Amino acid sequence: MIYLTRKCEFSASHFYHNPKWSERENVRVFGKCANLNGHGHNSTLEVTVKGEIDPVTGFVVDLKELKDILNREVVDAMDHRHLNKEVPEFASKIPTSENIAIAIWQRLEAKLKVAKLHRVRLYELPDLFVDYYGEA
Amino acid sequence: MKAYLTRRYMISASHRLETDALTNEQNRAVYGKCNNPYGHGHNYALEVTVSGQVSKDTGMVCDLVDLDAAVRGNVVERFDQHNLNAREEFKDLVPTTENLAAVIYDILKQRFTAAHLEKVRIEETWMNSFEYAGGAEIVR
Repeated sequence: MIYLTRKCEFSASHFYHNPKWSERENVRVFGKCANLNGHGHNSTLEVTVKGEIDPVTGFVVDLKELKDILNREVVDAMDHRHLNKEVPEFASKIPTSENIAIAIWQRLEAKLKVAKLHRVRLYELPDLFVDYYGEA
Repeated sequence: MKAYLTRRYMISASHRLETDALTNEQNRAVYGKCNNPYGHGHNYALEVTVSGQVSKDTGMVCDLVDLDAAVRGNVVERFDQHNLNAREEFKDLVPTTENLAAVIYDILKQRFTAAHLEKVRIEETWMNSFEYAGGAEIVR
């Protein structure tokens, strides 16, 4: 089994808000992230796929195909967007790094045909990242 | 849904590798320049990985403020700008980065309970790193 990782970047804005809670409770739990005007990050996404090496091509996956899927499903959808307002998953879910990683996993898993998705790693900052392996 | 969150912290500290179990010559042979008499220092990069179910209410595995407080209060402040050999944790333990990783894991296991402590990873320099998960297999 070979593991292959591809990176891409997107810059987006978001805020954290649970509509079931009062404004005071949102600020208590989410701090500065609860500011409804939002704030932004340069996020780095690392997607790891796994598979056997194709004996003819020597590839685990066609990188061009993987890159196109990442661009279409993630970069086009999230880069220079407001996640709460423009990405459908976050109409009902708070766009934390955890939930963004899960949403990206779900978007990619449905589209990847050749290799199997192993890990989605999302860096919100150089010193903070979330990993999702598709676990329930 | 289970996710893994990793936060990175910096610790600058000095150490000298030497054990009473070996002679001076043996220490020199085993530890090389790490055995130089007055010690030396590193900027250690510590990565702490915790895991758990993503809360439906908060969208988070745990509150980052709590994790930062636990790591900074119990680990970074304890070792940053210190000589590891002079710390009581290393009174009878050689302050290799392997041992530092295990010591930090054990401290955090006691002091941080808001999510499952998955592992600690320490880069001693950008060329080498050490991971410890309390004896468990390390999730990749």
